[in-house]
Amino acid sequence: MEMPKRSRMQVLKHGHDFESVTHIVSAFPLTKRPPRGWFLAFGAAFSLMLVLMYSVGVLFLKGVGVWGINIPVAWGFAIINFVWWIGIGHAGTLISAILFLFRQDWRTSINRFAEAMTLFAVACAGLFPLLHLGRPQKFYYIMPYPDTLGLWPQWRSPLVWDVFAVSTYGTISLVFWYVGLIPDVATMRDRASNRLVKTIYGIMAMGWRGSARHWHRYQTAYLLLAGLATPLVVSVHTVVSFDFAVSNLPGWHTTIFPPYFVAGAVYSGFAMVITLVLPVRAIFGFKDFITEKHMNNMAKVMLATGLIVAYGYIMELFMAWYSANPYEQAVFFQTRWQGPYAWSYWSLIACNIIIPQLLWFRWVRLNPYVLWIVAIIINIGMWLERFVIVITSQHRDFLPSSWDSYWPTVYDYTLFLGTLGLFFSLLFLFIRVLPMISIFELRELVAHHTQEEAWHGANTGEVPPGTGAARGETET
Amino acid sequence: MNQTHADNAHAGGDQAVTLYGLLAEYQDAEALVAAARRCREAGYTAMDAFSPYPIEALDEALGIGRTRLPLFVAVAAVVGGLGGYFLQYYTAVIDYPWMIGGKPLHSWPMFLPITFECTILVAGLAAAVTMIALNKLPEPYHPLFNVPEFERASQDRLFLCIEASDPKFDAVKTSAFLTELGAREVTHVYP
Repeated sequence: MEMPKRSRMQVLKHGHDFESVTHIVSAFPLTKRPPRGWFLAFGAAFSLMLVLMYSVGVLFLKGVGVWGINIPVAWGFAIINFVWWIGIGHAGTLISAILFLFRQDWRTSINRFAEAMTLFAVACAGLFPLLHLGRPQKFYYIMPYPDTLGLWPQWRSPLVWDVFAVSTYGTISLVFWYVGLIPDVATMRDRASNRLVKTIYGIMAMGWRGSARHWHRYQTAYLLLAGLATPLVVSVHTVVSFDFAVSNLPGWHTTIFPPYFVAGAVYSGFAMVITLVLPVRAIFGFKDFITEKHMNNMAKVMLATGLIVAYGYIMELFMAWYSANPYEQAVFFQTRWQGPYAWSYWSLIACNIIIPQLLWFRWVRLNPYVLWIVAIIINIGMWLERFVIVITSQHRDFLPSSWDSYWPTVYDYTLFLGTLGLFFSLLFLFIRVLPMISIFELRELVAHHTQEEAWHGANTGEVPPGTGAARGETET
Repeated sequence: MNQTHADNAHAGGDQAVTLYGLLAEYQDAEALVAAARRCREAGYTAMDAFSPYPIEALDEALGIGRTRLPLFVAVAAVVGGLGGYFLQYYTAVIDYPWMIGGKPLHSWPMFLPITFECTILVAGLAAAVTMIALNKLPEPYHPLFNVPEFERASQDRLFLCIEASDPKFDAVKTSAFLTELGAREVTHVYP
């Protein structure tokens, strides 16, 4: 009898009006002193970021020899972390652009946060190829500029494509995020009481005043940006997968890589969104905006992309067997299934394929604790996937005389943990200074709901808007 | 309420000359759209509506035509794509021809990823920059910001403004007309 009715799962709880959504979302950035918890969280993240600074300093002083890389394993943690971070970013763009084109109104309360996550993940990802350069001070060699040697980048190299793809992705993500923020920083400007704060928001808002003519162009521009970002996000991880697939190395040289990398990126990205959003919604009281419907839908996207990834793993194995290529088969059936790195392969299968099958159950999708743990496991699994791809394919070279193994050093670990610190420092700063949910889109939802209620009349038995009971925990 | 604005700094001045326009506040989106439509039918042209979220019905009610923005973006996309391709063609075929792995100098399939990325980059930047430029932003000062209630236009209130530059504008008659259309309050806006 107490089973929740499926039709009543809502994107936004009833009982909210323009003022209440504006107030709830804009309150935290405008409080004079954040609670102690924020300082603790930011302090922890910032300490980890200091670890990053130290590790980068050591790396720049001593060179990449401080890592565990060698020949044949020239790509170690740096490339694993690069692919992992850039993949995480993809969910943000998917939520903000693709779900926007499909008119999925549940994207509204998570898109700003997910876009911020994208930006910060791309910032972390972008560090690694630079750090991986033996001479990072010469990074600009990869850019096309008329140098005194008369040389140009090698356009046939996927590594050059990667530079263009990732820098375009970072730029467009930033532009998309900022355009989405303009009306909201105007709200912040108008709500701020501190003169300095008001001025800073005012500069960011550029004098936005909500004119109907402005809104018209704004929405056209936003739609076009969404339309441009959609193929972009697919292209970025495709190009990242080309870094591997265009080479001749067994285990990398497969045509399944582009689609399965893109699916994996969305998979890990949604896992990261869930990892971040579930605590945020509990801490900041956003349960009315980030509802069970969001958890349910995000979990379903994870399940679907997880199955695509599983298909990719199975198809890799099938192609290795079917190709009858001894090198290909050796990578999959010997160096991955057995040997010193077998633990990573089987943990990957457990984390990415077996455990996520729990998401078929509705109670798992709706239980924040279980869902959060599953999302963390998927994050780990997706990191392991890149570990398996990068390390196992390289460490057994074609000639046994060239074989070696890769074990990370302390600086490999501190750099990875350090970027987590960078990511969370940026995220906590973002939460502190900007509205983490798109307020004007929430108002659109409110307007839409009010309209619907007016049409359907009072026969639905819903709590009328404006009553305190609607904000309780009684529904669904 | 309107009296207070008239009193500060503008007391005694010739209102018909110094007035920027009249700002009317409406209860909800339907009332705002209806009022905008009626004003347009009455012959007003220099007017605009202000809302804390986009209201699509206002486009038709205010007679806002289709924006030229997509045209700019399309041109930018073509320029970006051609530019990206030309960069690779010029450098790899003309400026520094360099045979690698027996591949043709003009290996066009390998040039496509960067061509694509340049297309998106330039078009995306153009979409944002054109939107800002056509909206004439940044605009740090605007007469409407003189109205204290206008702060709510970015939060929870809906406004319609008829500018004094409108040929049909008359401070008294227009104000009465806006009230007749259901305005909660009509405020004088000074430049």
